[in-house]
Order: sequence, then structure tokens, then C-alpha cells
Amino acid sequence: MEFWFSENHTENVQFSIRVDRQLYSGQSEFQRIDVFESPEFGRFLTLDGYMMLTEKDEFIYHEMITHVPMAVHPHVKKVLVIGAGDGGVIRELTRYPEIEQIDMAEIDPLVVEVCRKYLPQTACRFDDPRLTIYYEDGLRFVRACDNIYDLIIVDSTDPFGPGEGLFTREFYGNCFKALKEDGILINQHESPFYAADAAACQRAHKNIVGTFPVSRVYQAHIPTYPSGHWLFGFASKKYHPLKDLDDVRWNMRGISCRYYTTTLHKGAFYIPAYVEELLKNVE
Amino acid sequence: MPRSQESAPIYEALLEFEKKRVVPFDVPGHKRGRGNPELAAFLGARCVAMDVNSMKPLDNLCHPTSVIREAAALAADAFGAAHAFFMVGGTTSAVQAMVLSAVKQGEKIILPRNVHRSVMGALVLCGAIPVYVDPLCDERLGIPLGMRLKDVEKAMEQHPDAKAVLVNNPTYYGVCSDLVSIVRMAHARGMLCLADEAHGTHFYFGEGLPVSAMAAGADMAAVSMHKSGGSLTQSSLLLAGPTMQEGQISRFINLTQTTSASYLLLSSLDISRRNLALRGRETFRQVVKMAEYARGEINTIGGYYAFSRELVNGDSVFDFDLTKLAVNTLDIGLAGIEVYDLLRDDYDIQIEFGDLGNILAYLSVGDRPRDIERLVSALAEIRRRFGGARSGRIRQEYIEPDVAVSPQQAFYSDKQTLPLRDTVGYVCGEFVMCYPPGIPILAPGERITREILDYILYAKEKGCSLTGPEDPDVNHLNVLKGA
Repeated sequence: MEFWFSENHTENVQFSIRVDRQLYSGQSEFQRIDVFESPEFGRFLTLDGYMMLTEKDEFIYHEMITHVPMAVHPHVKKVLVIGAGDGGVIRELTRYPEIEQIDMAEIDPLVVEVCRKYLPQTACRFDDPRLTIYYEDGLRFVRACDNIYDLIIVDSTDPFGPGEGLFTREFYGNCFKALKEDGILINQHESPFYAADAAACQRAHKNIVGTFPVSRVYQAHIPTYPSGHWLFGFASKKYHPLKDLDDVRWNMRGISCRYYTTTLHKGAFYIPAYVEELLKNVE
Repeated sequence: MPRSQESAPIYEALLEFEKKRVVPFDVPGHKRGRGNPELAAFLGARCVAMDVNSMKPLDNLCHPTSVIREAAALAADAFGAAHAFFMVGGTTSAVQAMVLSAVKQGEKIILPRNVHRSVMGALVLCGAIPVYVDPLCDERLGIPLGMRLKDVEKAMEQHPDAKAVLVNNPTYYGVCSDLVSIVRMAHARGMLCLADEAHGTHFYFGEGLPVSAMAAGADMAAVSMHKSGGSLTQSSLLLAGPTMQEGQISRFINLTQTTSASYLLLSSLDISRRNLALRGRETFRQVVKMAEYARGEINTIGGYYAFSRELVNGDSVFDFDLTKLAVNTLDIGLAGIEVYDLLRDDYDIQIEFGDLGNILAYLSVGDRPRDIERLVSALAEIRRRFGGARSGRIRQEYIEPDVAVSPQQAFYSDKQTLPLRDTVGYVCGEFVMCYPPGIPILAPGERITREILDYILYAKEKGCSLTGPEDPDVNHLNVLKGA
């Protein structure tokens, strides 16, 4: 029997993973949710047929979206996470004892429920006492916040579907308002490689640049995402991602990572020429 | 046997026609799109293949005898009308046919001043004389309201020879006059009552929405199916009550209606009517829910005022259409048109219109809650980024027109072009609209006053789009010679 999960990365490019079995399939109010088990990547979660995470490579994404701002901002106490129903970002954040409050705004309760059941590798810290989950549209949640958070992490789906509103100027503006005067916003920033993703990437960058005084982009290699080359946005009101990196302090914590190091942190901001140009075109 | 609302005769006839693979030696010349592959690729092969000509199995809009007639009968039934006419020239064509059917040269028609330009155009065509009723203006919001009964009555008493009265049901902003009473007053005096329902299709299918023209007993109504009804742009309906002669109305429609009606438009009317009849109630319940949610959220931002039923005063605002999401922006120190531009330029959100003090977002069956969140968030952002103190910029929008000659006489008279500032005292020879929302500041035949001139200059300065005059920049106006 041939049993494969396939996702179209473009109209003309397909990415496939051999599947052992399907663990879950369901339709929520917002999207279709599936969990598969595969020989190569372990369990993986897809939403509306788009790859969200695999057990094998999720560490790259979750470490890079969390530890980069944590190594820059000197005193993160309150964090807002938008999306992140799989729990990976929460898992990384709970490794920092000085974080006092983690609010998570996830639109789809079913994603959280499914991940708790089938993806304990990421959904393992949902019971941390510092965490409060709000099942709400992220755009709506952040609109009501003013000068509250030190860090906002936007772990959204792609900008086609329920995550659409999380790539808009109004969203980034609302985040700016929700952050304290030295707050940092990190967002998953799509891929610069294929045309449709690159356009989304440019749009997001344009909207962030128009809102935050500091706006930089960094990269990671995520094998199961289209092209494998993925970007994150680092936007902030005050801190520079490299000049304000306190690598000694971060390394003193003794947090062990499999992808992130403070050396890689510096390298991640050195992006390819074509990506620099892509972004410069909308600045 | 009458067909049920579940059928869609034009749509079904097109499906049958498609199966037959008829060889086309008739127009349109693109021949199912084969002659224009770029267009077919752009619009879709199915779409261009359905762009066909009138023929026996598909009936003919000019003289409907089969599927179009059946579809129109179903529409009449769904809307509670005696007759329904499918219109393919926009609601403008429906309004014109309605007015032409009701009044002729030299006869009077009572209208609120905030009628759509299509009504003014109809008066130029037929030579009728307008008698305007001053729609009151809400001082705080700066919007024209409905007609008060006593003002309508006064106009009827002063002009007992008027043949008809026309009512906006509702206005662009969702304001309704007391249509049932106006119908009664008109019929008591032997006048017809016509309704411009360009923004009121959903009244026929919603719950807790204002009364529809047919339910109120009006004689005719022009209904924009392509707005809240979901059909394609330019498709519309003209409805008539039992007092009207079907053949008489058809005669007027066929004066200006195309003889090559688009089956894309006709099928969209047919399918939309079916949707409305079968699911309209649930659909508009959702739309009202979204609008109410959006109003609540917008009003918590602060500064903005998303107004609703609280405006109802039993007279000039007899009822309010809850599906309309109109927001007053003056308390954040921005003109509606400024917010309208910011929404589009900075946030990629296109709303229906912005005027001096308000914006209007059009909500419909196609909206999604997540898009409402974007709109609300963008409004919050605009306030944060650009908001200021309330500017004393509210200005009465209604200026009483001084009708010197009939619109038709003015339209055809010899004219001269004068610099805008030198036109005071002259009779205007053209329309001046402030668009959106497309309500005339001046119509042909009206005397230009200082007050009107100041308002035009003001609207220009605020960035409203002024249309109508031959001079696109409205630095000059055509006025009647010697008048």
C-alpha cells in the first residue's frame, strides 16, 4: 500500500511524506485538522492540508521564534502568543523562570484539544500555571490591549485562511499598541522563495516596517516548509536584534537547544542578497 | 402549474442549452469564448460559454414568453409583487422605467431631495417637474434623514395635481420614512407611490427589518438585487403592485433596455432570487448579527459612533436598517472621506463610501467574521495614529434647492460656461454630485446660490469626488444663458 501525504508548495511543486497511519481528522468551525504518523518525520499536524509541524523538525521553528527575542530583551515578564495551538512556543517559553505571565490567543479550541491528545511533544506545557488560553481571534484580542506585553509572538498559519488577519497592518499596529515601550514583536514571516510566499512575505514586511521603528528579518532552515528556507520577523520599539543581543547572559541560563545558539542568532540575520532586495523593495 | 421557489427557470434552461452543444452561427461573436481565448482564460470558460444570445429555448427579455417570464413570475411571488421585471441596465434603468411609467411631461412628482441621480435623470427624460421634500438632517451626524409625514402632506396639499410620490426605502445610510402612511396618503389623493429600494432588497426576506415597498402597498419599487441580493453588478428588479398594468411598464422598459440582455445577468437574478427565497431569512439574520457585533466593537474603540436604531424618532427616522454599518467619524477629528481613504490606502480595506462626517461599510451575505475584525481593528488603528480632537467640521449637507425651470428644459437649453465663483444667481445647466454617495447638490434647472457655491468649494477641499459637470475639476459650471 502506498499512503502519502502531499502538499502543493506551488501549482507545480509537490512535497510528499510517506504516512503510516492517520491518527486524527476533523473539521472545526475554522479549518480542517489532521494528524498523521510517518516513518521519516514522526507525527505531523496539518491544517487545511498545509503542514504545520512535524515531530522531527518542529524544534527548529519553535526555538528560533522564541529564543531570539529572549536573548535580546533584558526582562521579559509578560508574553502574548498568538496562534500556537500546538503548544511548541509555550513549551519553549516555560523554560524561562522569569516570565510571569503567558497569554495565548488561539482562535480554534479544537487545535489545542487535538494537539494535547496526539502531539504531546509540543503540547506538553499547556498546564503551566503562568499560561492563560483565550479562544479568540488574535486580531480581536490584541485590539483591546494597551501597553501590557514585553513580547508578542505571532505563530500564525499562512495568510490564506484563518490567519489572514495576522498579516495586516491593522494587526501589527494593534500589537504596537499592546506592547510596552521596549516591547518586541516576533512573527512567522513566510518564505522568500516561491512567488506567492514571497509576495506574502513582502506584504508582511511592508506592514511591519510601516509600524515599528526597528524591523529586521531572520532565517532558519525548516525542511518541511515550502522551499525549506523560512523567515521570521523581529520588530521592536527599542532593542536591536544584534546590538542588544546579550549572549553571555543568555548562555549563563544553561538552556540547551538543538538549533539555536547565540552564534547562530547573529548569523540568522545575515540573509541572502535576493531576500535583502525583496525586503528593501517594500521598505 | 406554477413552479416552486426551488426552481430557477433561466438557470435550468442554460444548463439544458449547455448540454446540447449547439453550434453558434449567431452573436456574440466570441462564440463561447473560442474567439477570445484571453477573455476566456480571465473570466473562466464556463462564464464566457454562458454569454449567449436570446433564442427560443432561452426566451427574450424584450418580450418574455417562456423561461424569463416564469423566472419573473417566481421573482414577483418571492417579493410579494404582482409583477416583476428583470433589469440589466442597473437599478438606474429600473428607477427610470418606474418614473417614466408614473409621470409624463409637465406632471409633478414629489421626491425627497436626497434621491439618487438616476431619479433626476428620469426627470430629464420624461419632462416631469420635481417637488422636493426637505429630508431633515441629523445635526450631529450630518446625514440626510427620511421625509416627515407632515412635510409630505404639505407638499401633497400644495401640489394636489402631483401624480406620484417617490420614497427612498431606505436611504444609503439605512434610514426609512413611514412608507405605509405615505402610501396611504398618496392613494387617498389618487397619487402613485414609488419606492427606490436600491438599498432595500433584504427587506423582503429579513426578520425585524423595515417594511418593504410591496408589503407597504407601494405601486412600484426599484430593487437592487446586485447589492444585498447577491446577483451580478448591473442586474436589478423592477417590482409592481396589482394596480399597475404590466404591458404599460414593459413599454417604458423597452424604450431604453438593450435587446441583447446578458444571460450572465439574467441567470444571476434567477439564482439569487432562489437563494433569497430559500435561505434569505437565515442569511440576513447573520448579516444583522455581524453588523450588530461590529457596531458594538466600533463603539468601544471610542470616538467613533456606529449609529443604529437609537436614531428612530417615529418620523424623519421612522425605521432603521440594521444591516447598514454607518459610522460617524467626526469625534476622532477626521472626516469620513479621510477615514475612507486611509482604510483603502493603508489597510487594503475598501468600504462603500465616506462623506464629510461618516463612512459606510456595506455588509452582506459574502462577509466573514474575520473581515469584520480587520475593519474594526483598522478603525482602532486609524484613531490611534491619526485621531485628534473633534474638529468643528460638521456641516449641514442639505441645501434647499430653488427649482427655476424643469430639469428637462434646463438640460436642453442653450448654456454658457462660467468660472465656478461667478455662477451665483444663474440657473444651473448640469448636475453637480458629491460622490459618494451620489446625491445632487445641484440639478439642471436649479438656481445657484452663495450657500451652494460655498458647499461645493468646501466638498472639493475635503477631497470628495464631485461629478456631473462637463469640467471634471469643477472649476467651471454650465449655466443657462440669460436666466
